[in-house]
Amino acid sequence: MATEPAIRLRGVVKRFGEITAVDGLHLDVPEGTCLGLLGPNGAGKSTTMRMLTAQAIPDEGSLTALGYDLPRDSKQARADCGVVPQLDNLDIELTARQNLAVFARLYRVPRGERRAAVDRALEIVNLVDRADTPVDELSGGMRRRLLVARGLVHRPRLLLLDEPTVGLDPQVRQELWALIDALRAEGTTILMSTHYIEEAERLADTVAIMAEGRIVARGRPADLVREHAGAETLEVYGPPARLAEVRAFAEEQGFRTRRTGTAVAILRSEEADGRLPDGVRRAASLEDVFVLLTGEEVA
Amino acid sequence: MTRRLHRLEPAAISGVMSRDVTNFSTFWKATTFSSVVEPTIYLLAFGLGVGTLISTVEGLDYVQYVGTGMVATSVLFASALSAMFGTFVKHRFQRTYDAILAAPVDTEELVTAEILWMSARAGVYGCAPLLVSMLFGLDPSVGMLVVPFIGFVTALGFAGFGVLMAAVVSKIDSFNYVTTTVITPLFLVSGTFFPIDELPQWAQVVANVNPLYHSVELVRDAVFGFEPVDLAHLAVLIAFALLMWRLAIWRLEKRLID
Repeated sequence: MATEPAIRLRGVVKRFGEITAVDGLHLDVPEGTCLGLLGPNGAGKSTTMRMLTAQAIPDEGSLTALGYDLPRDSKQARADCGVVPQLDNLDIELTARQNLAVFARLYRVPRGERRAAVDRALEIVNLVDRADTPVDELSGGMRRRLLVARGLVHRPRLLLLDEPTVGLDPQVRQELWALIDALRAEGTTILMSTHYIEEAERLADTVAIMAEGRIVARGRPADLVREHAGAETLEVYGPPARLAEVRAFAEEQGFRTRRTGTAVAILRSEEADGRLPDGVRRAASLEDVFVLLTGEEVA
Repeated sequence: MTRRLHRLEPAAISGVMSRDVTNFSTFWKATTFSSVVEPTIYLLAFGLGVGTLISTVEGLDYVQYVGTGMVATSVLFASALSAMFGTFVKHRFQRTYDAILAAPVDTEELVTAEILWMSARAGVYGCAPLLVSMLFGLDPSVGMLVVPFIGFVTALGFAGFGVLMAAVVSKIDSFNYVTTTVITPLFLVSGTFFPIDELPQWAQVVANVNPLYHSVELVRDAVFGFEPVDLAHLAVLIAFALLMWRLAIWRLEKRLID
């Protein structure tokens, strides 16, 4: 059991009609670590998350969560898993406490321990003062925290976070990051899907970059950057015609480039030896890796 | 968690029902208001209107005939409509079922719990027309104590039907087809407002496969005296409930699990 990863996927395939959402996925999440599943919209992240709770059934391959075979023993696995969905599905007419109390029951927290479990979850997400406020009257950030609390009410060993901070303002996002980091420090295994690069970089021990239903790269954020994007990136600014020119020139010289909106980014510029035009030099980032591996085009 | 989890676990079913009960505590007043006021209006209209044209039906005072008949139709509306709309909203709009199925609860348990809860509610509120009828002169009888149970069994089938419809339709407007082509005819050809034995042969056949007709008969006999045929009425309601329960689970699972 000690060497068994908390999540293990082998050759997992999931099709929706003609579309293959997950295409031969291999993935291990060791116990007590946080894995960030990074990928553009439509990469198959949410489908992967849903397969881990048997809300999607794979067409091929094998999955285990906490040692349980999925989907066969998924009910057992779900009892030890907490899920924070991307879409808010709290009961809006109920209070924060009532929402948590219902899920404490659904997750089989014994009757005598439910009240303490709810109090503890409220405390973790700092909503004790709002315990008796209907969800309807909570702010967006509070609702998201309550959603996290709902996923934690039964002290899960494994936490599945699907885009935990999507659509939140920076202050709330940082608050949630601190919360997730604290859970990881306590030893909870976390699988987090996100398309925010900074989020993956800050929270994940390991990042897996997903595109078109497969893992295209996997490693510690810093290692991924070094391996795929080198040390330094040069950003050259200018009007579109100039950018096209710079890009063509850099590629002729054997450099990989990408558009960053208003500039052209030239990767591994530390190897340039004065061959490249002037621009702003910055450290290579996970975003460079992400765009290199998942493509510039928005699907 | 070392205990093995099984199918149809009481803990899962009562957990889902606890959510329903907690939610109900926020809107029970509106439900209670409409379930008492609506039959009052109907009985006033029928008593003062149609009642002046027809004094007795099948040996019963017309208001009492309609009042007892309306128990089953109240149960139909309370269970089928709340199952249709409630299930659709919780599934598509609020995504409540996604959250519940991420917990150790299966679709089978979810549907069973929803049907049980809606049926318990419909069984209790279905008695309102009976209470209102008493104000219009219906004498209390011991058999009336069985009426909530008859309402409950009737509602099991119609709540299952509602969940099934919610799982089948692709958008909420499609419920118009269901209410027009299924609910309204069932409601009219059930012996609530007029006896079906006056109808043409084919309509009597239709009435006999209408579970609501069997519920209407059963409720009237509970109030005015049971007969042996009531066992057949009960059997039809139970068979209908079992069929709808399994169909609802089957179709909703197709919707909820990719």
